[in-house]
Amino acid sequence: MAEETTTLQAQEAQKQEVQQSDAERTRAGLVFVPRTDVYETDDAIHVVCDVPGVAEDSIDITLENNVLTINGYVKAQRPDGYQLSYAEYRVGDYQRRFTLSDEIDKDGIEASLKDGVLRLRLPKAKPASRKIKVTAS
Amino acid sequence: MWMQPFTGLEPTFREMERLRREMNRLFADAFRSTGLHAAPAYPAVNVWMNEDSALVTAELPGCTVDDIEITVADDTLTLKGRRAEDELPEGATYHRRERACGTFSRLLTLPFKIDASKVEAKFENGVLEVKLPRAEEDKPKRIAVKPA
Repeated sequence: MAEETTTLQAQEAQKQEVQQSDAERTRAGLVFVPRTDVYETDDAIHVVCDVPGVAEDSIDITLENNVLTINGYVKAQRPDGYQLSYAEYRVGDYQRRFTLSDEIDKDGIEASLKDGVLRLRLPKAKPASRKIKVTAS
Repeated sequence: MWMQPFTGLEPTFREMERLRREMNRLFADAFRSTGLHAAPAYPAVNVWMNEDSALVTAELPGCTVDDIEITVADDTLTLKGRRAEDELPEGATYHRRERACGTFSRLLTLPFKIDASKVEAKFENGVLEVKLPRAEEDKPKRIAVKPA
């Protein structure tokens, strides 16, 4: 069976910076918007972010008032004894915010980080249904 | 009738040529001032150099060590590989698709010959780092000056 794979284009390598008003940090440094895929299955919504350079202990995921904030911190590239002679990409932190609907079960969110890819699993909340008892009056 | 050769156009052409060169330089400088070259291919690489070696870094999130193929020959480095597509379970639908997947192949030429036996590559957190030491015979040699 012939497998058709596309060739990755140069614009896939470009990173987009966050608008300054959103992510003003106290430290000077670049903040990028990580490329994200969001897909939905029957029981959960999956969020997959590209955050190369972020280690497991430098990712920060918080949920507050239905807003999910992903913050990834990257150590600046500064190899000892070398001079940067050609740069095509910049290195910086990552930040992205998503507003979740009430459909998400907030306590069941799972996250894993491997090879620079963050995967979040947001399970959908089971619809609340209550059985109403009828008492004889 | 003998016609006088019309020499009036030549200085005009020279002036136009000069203007064209100036405009080209202006546009080239405007883009160069950002300090960054747009990547001609995927992945974008940064190259760090010192006298004895070069360090090439590239961001390849989502690739695994098996997906990346690094070849070194003379003074060129070839980075080849593929980013595998995420396997979606049955019946999944995409809300948003920003990450790409596919194959990539990139050839970089360095200003010196590489010692292929001493090349080191490591892949951590989605960032690939390849250390390419300079071949011994390519290193500059100090020449002693004989006194008269």
